[in-house]
Amino acid sequence: MSFFDTLKQYDWDSIKDNIYAKTEQDVLYALSHKACNLEDFKALISPAAAPYLEQMAQKSMLQTQKRFGKTIQLYVPLYLSNTCSNSCVYCGFSHKNKIERVTLSEEQILKEAIAIKEMGFDHLLLVTGEHQKEAGFAYLMRSIEILRPHFAQISVEVQPMSTEEYQQLMQVGLHAVYVYQETYHQENYKSYHPAGKKSDFTYRLETPDRLGKAGIHKIGLGCLLGLEDWRSDIWHIALHLSYLEKHYWKSRYSISFPRLRPNAGGFQPNMEISDRELLQVICAFRLLNQEVELSLSTRETPTFRDHVFKLGITAMSAGSKTEPGGYAVHTKALEQFEVSDQRSPNEIKVMLQKNQYEAVWKDWDSYM
Amino acid sequence: MQKLTISGQEFNSRLFLGTGKFSSNQLMEQALIASGSDMVTTALRRVDLQNTEDDILKHINPNRFRLLPNTSGVRTAKEAVFAAELAREALQTNWLKLEIHPDPKYLLADTVETLKACEQLAKKGFIVLPYMQADPILAKQLEEVGAAAVMPLGSPIGSNKGLITREFIKIIIEQANVPVIVDAGIGAPSHAAEAMEMGADAVLVNTAIAVSNDPVMMAEAFKLAVKAGRMAFEAKLVAQLNMAEASSPLTSFLDL
Repeated sequence: MSFFDTLKQYDWDSIKDNIYAKTEQDVLYALSHKACNLEDFKALISPAAAPYLEQMAQKSMLQTQKRFGKTIQLYVPLYLSNTCSNSCVYCGFSHKNKIERVTLSEEQILKEAIAIKEMGFDHLLLVTGEHQKEAGFAYLMRSIEILRPHFAQISVEVQPMSTEEYQQLMQVGLHAVYVYQETYHQENYKSYHPAGKKSDFTYRLETPDRLGKAGIHKIGLGCLLGLEDWRSDIWHIALHLSYLEKHYWKSRYSISFPRLRPNAGGFQPNMEISDRELLQVICAFRLLNQEVELSLSTRETPTFRDHVFKLGITAMSAGSKTEPGGYAVHTKALEQFEVSDQRSPNEIKVMLQKNQYEAVWKDWDSYM
Repeated sequence: MQKLTISGQEFNSRLFLGTGKFSSNQLMEQALIASGSDMVTTALRRVDLQNTEDDILKHINPNRFRLLPNTSGVRTAKEAVFAAELAREALQTNWLKLEIHPDPKYLLADTVETLKACEQLAKKGFIVLPYMQADPILAKQLEEVGAAAVMPLGSPIGSNKGLITREFIKIIIEQANVPVIVDAGIGAPSHAAEAMEMGADAVLVNTAIAVSNDPVMMAEAFKLAVKAGRMAFEAKLVAQLNMAEASSPLTSFLDL
């Protein structure tokens, strides 16, 4: 039994039709009750909800404040390696791209860690491409071991692993794992992920199940907005979330909303999601689930982040470098994606303060 | 008004505060002062125990407030004991609010692990105030293994729903030999007053103050409500009656 069995009960096209058929009445009904279900959620992410964005935002802000207070957690990604054996068509790290490949040594990792600590961070997200030999399980294990004494919380966004491997990483201090399905459209998944381990839709889909079984503290879900119809993908995340909450009730959950932007020369999104629509998604998730953490990265512009962080968000990255060695070592490696919000962590802290929000740098500890 | 005593320590106020969810530590400090409280609880996971200049601790004046570290976030008795020992070492206090909630959604206390941890910690010399389900049997068991007070929830943490568990809290209060502090779910001064009128020894409030539009004013509102509720309890509320007591049709013949 895994989420795959649940997913099989739903047909992508009917879900999509269903979402687009939602009416103003459905939206008003969803907004009128306290706890939304997955059917209400369809209405909230549908085109019919667009005129109700202000109402959704107000509700979402209040519910977020009630649960999380007037605080935002700050974290930063540390890219350990950009080697990758996958060839995802949208990603700069694809092994087909002729870029400088770098995997940080232990000494380089510590150098980066010191620079990150100096910026004020205590929560760290380790990121790698997917490469068993260069940056596989053993490499991650070692990296967490050497970083653990310096940080209160360590999370990873790396290749999917087995339950036993996750358990071993937890023993040395792993807190959370972010693993994005990219798209829940099973037939088209393969065209975006033609080669490498990531081309296995089911193995990736069942990763949160393996994490739940391992007893991980937090599981991060997400999809890449711009591959398939985003409303349908977003609904599938909600389905995944409610499945996981019921089965792995000791874990917390987090959702991210990476959106593909059109760019010169690179992969062009099949469908764009506007600022307005992204905010609609964020608020819809909050109205569906009061406890889920919602994260907003530096992919988004300063203007968008400064306005949206209050409306449902609980965590933000700041000062991110998306290439290995970006903080202190300075290699020739290229970044994975272009960061839109280049402000320093301190500038983000000051921005939060001006809005009467507290930046939270530490909300965990090594014994937990 | 009678003074509250927990484990030999006297408290002037029967309102305790939490330090989470405030928009700044400065505002938190002002709210603490306005509340008149003399004990505040802070999550150990938010505090940097290695750093003597920790920003949260800096704003809690040790001459004015007793610091009550809490273990929020731990999922087992083992983790709780470990956290408690770290806290005792770093913060030089053996007071501890024991919180074990393996369920991160509703943050409900794990009864089995809480009882286990409370026993171990009391043996190690901690003054343990356990957060717990409003379960009268558990309250007695915790008392037996050495809890210095019990902290039943009014409703789930942060829910602001008030005393949903009131009937069970009444039983806990009736049977307790240690102070009963209603913790969690108190969303309005009227809820706090209700708990105090029922005979709770104290209440702990966080979200309702921290997330309000004016935390300082709200802190004062809670201060007054707690005081009013306690005074009413001590003055003895008159009994509520369902009908007027105009005459005694059944027994008046005795007076003839």
